[in-house]
Amino acid sequence: MANVAMPADPKDASHAERTSYKIEASFLDVSTNKYKGILSWLLTVDHKRIGLLYLYTMMAFFTVAVGFGFMIRLELLTPGKTVIDAQTYNQFFTLHGIIMIFLFIIPGLPAVFGNFFLPIMIGAKDVIFPRINLFSWYLFIIGGLIAVTAWLMPGGSTDTGWTFYVPYSVRTTTNVIPALTAAFVIGFSSILTGINFVTTIHRMRAPGMSWFKMPLFIWSLYATAWIQILATPIIGITLALVIIERTLGVGIFDPTLGGDPVLYQHLFWIYSHPAVYIMVLPAMGIVSEIIPVFARRTIFGYKFIAFSSIAIALFGSLVWAHHMFTAGMSDTAMFVFSFLTFAVSIPSAIKIFNWVSTLYKGSIQADPPLLYVLSFIFQFAIGGFTGLMLGTLSVNIHLQDTSFVVAHFHYVMFGGTGFGIFAAMHYWFPKMFGKMYNLKVATWAWGIVTIGFNALYFPLFVSGYLGMPRRYYDYLPEFQIYHVVSTVGSWILVIGLIIMFTNLYVGMRRGKKAPANPWGGETLEWTVQSPPIVENFHEIPKISKGPYDYSEYEIAAAKEAK
Amino acid sequence: MSSSAHAHVVHRDDYGSKMGMWLFLFTELILFGGLFLVYAVYRFVHQQEFHIAAQELNTTIGLINTIILLTSSMTAAMSITAMQKGNVRFSIGLVVVTIMFAFAFMVNKYFEWSAKIHHGIYPGSKELLNKPDGEILYFGLYYVMTGLHALHVIFGVTFFVFVLALMRTSTINPTSYVKLENAALYWHLVDLIWIFLFPLFYLIH
Repeated sequence: MANVAMPADPKDASHAERTSYKIEASFLDVSTNKYKGILSWLLTVDHKRIGLLYLYTMMAFFTVAVGFGFMIRLELLTPGKTVIDAQTYNQFFTLHGIIMIFLFIIPGLPAVFGNFFLPIMIGAKDVIFPRINLFSWYLFIIGGLIAVTAWLMPGGSTDTGWTFYVPYSVRTTTNVIPALTAAFVIGFSSILTGINFVTTIHRMRAPGMSWFKMPLFIWSLYATAWIQILATPIIGITLALVIIERTLGVGIFDPTLGGDPVLYQHLFWIYSHPAVYIMVLPAMGIVSEIIPVFARRTIFGYKFIAFSSIAIALFGSLVWAHHMFTAGMSDTAMFVFSFLTFAVSIPSAIKIFNWVSTLYKGSIQADPPLLYVLSFIFQFAIGGFTGLMLGTLSVNIHLQDTSFVVAHFHYVMFGGTGFGIFAAMHYWFPKMFGKMYNLKVATWAWGIVTIGFNALYFPLFVSGYLGMPRRYYDYLPEFQIYHVVSTVGSWILVIGLIIMFTNLYVGMRRGKKAPANPWGGETLEWTVQSPPIVENFHEIPKISKGPYDYSEYEIAAAKEAK
Repeated sequence: MSSSAHAHVVHRDDYGSKMGMWLFLFTELILFGGLFLVYAVYRFVHQQEFHIAAQELNTTIGLINTIILLTSSMTAAMSITAMQKGNVRFSIGLVVVTIMFAFAFMVNKYFEWSAKIHHGIYPGSKELLNKPDGEILYFGLYYVMTGLHALHVIFGVTFFVFVLALMRTSTINPTSYVKLENAALYWHLVDLIWIFLFPLFYLIH
């Protein structure tokens, strides 16, 4: 037990006072139940341990899905067969999609970092329903195992694509039902997490933490949780209907029995488009956390960022049919959905402008978390603008179902949310494990990952624009150059990811001890020790100021300027 | 604080628990909402055939089941009031009555469904496949929607049995009865959905 006082910035004395503390046994060492070892983790109700359980399992699924993606890219290196046959290829891109979407991107930020940091950042000891929290992790695991093991069952894993479009998903002989069940169970897990977060944010904020003193990550989790609650049941019932259709032959979507496959598409996208915002909103929250810390500036336009999260959640629920412009719809409906798609870009742009304004004239500290955030802004902007192109009715007819669409959503989902998750990992790593990773290696990994990512997906914009269809196994020789660049990009990306994760793993094992506040953050999680104690606070803090108060720095900077 | 294992303090917040339950009920409403949407689309497309198919259902059994469910919602609400007033035994009795009503509902449902199946009307049957598309869809939705509702009746009963066990051990008592309230809230939802299902399937005339 030593007295440790490590100011993040020597100029700032008050900071040192605030962060000096006695190191106590952390949540990593103290069991919250009567068990020791593995059971103290598997039966824990501690939000931080559950967050880590999610982190480890999610990483395992991510590795598997990256493997599938790597194989898809390798197969497309040459026209015709390269390494796997066409049926395996179909199954691989389906598994890649299902695992990445339902088991990595959707739970990525809310379940891992939301669970770990939401209670700490609002000054609470835990979420409001800790046992339901653990239960939802078990649902997640069960769903994940069903999805992965379906691959080993006779008949092979599903080859429908992650969208499960009828009538093919009713006709194919592969194991569609396990995949649907998996998505259903994981959806239920996501709903329970959403309910837990909304209730926690309403009921457990520390005294003095009014809505507009909440960190912006919490605002984005709040908007996300509402979408999880309101949109997920629709996919639940839709997938259940496909299961019933396959087992009992009810005929709700099957055209031979009078059903309407386009209705399936509507129901599917009523959930799955808002789900895109479940994925990206928390990442935007992370960006809003990281930028003020590394620019040493109070965030610009706090209320606009907060409300734009809610606006995205609202508008985002009303644009689903832009996935179906070529499926058959009335012209009026197409016009309305196209218009709303354009409208949803406004709140996203508001965020981007506010982030950039925060950086402007800041004292920027280019550490790995900020670097990932800068990649996020760059790539998300490309993904967003190409999204507008796809939302334009005339252009959409040309680009629908081409690799342009694949490039677009990877720029948003991976270049945006994926990089957001990496940023969050590097930002909160010292708080979660009490150790520090190697900053230099992390910076190199960032560079390689960013180059690999752009090399992988940018060529797909071009080939898609020229007419390369998505999900095709074979292609004309004129597209090969784009595929070769893209596949080489995937190799660079995988190398970058390996360096990044190895660096984090080594940091976790043998890293230097991290102080309570290595980056100079002003939100509550940086006032507790690293790693935090069980139940986070001895005494619930009283909040009197907003989350990003860098006025000391700004005043000092203004004096220097004079 | 010592580093030995210590119990996790469970934060008691009845208002918060009920709020969580309400949010969960939203999700249930939207789950059924998806089905109501499908129903609305197909009824709009096949108005005449839905009308003809609805003649096959027995309105009397439907009505009896509606009355049973409404009454059971009342007994569920009364059991909360009894608990608030400190009359634990009466409260337990009312929960038991609620569960019995639920069984009566399921028995009716069983006879109703078996009569349909006996007449050869069930998904995939030859008899049904010979009918026009609208009628196939009507009966498909009938089985899916009342079936999912019946599943929720079973969930509701399970919830009440769980609550009953807690009432017997006095975990639920006149000073702490939020679990009973939540079970009743869930039960009212089951009731509410039935109130929409009944006219949509039985009363298209």
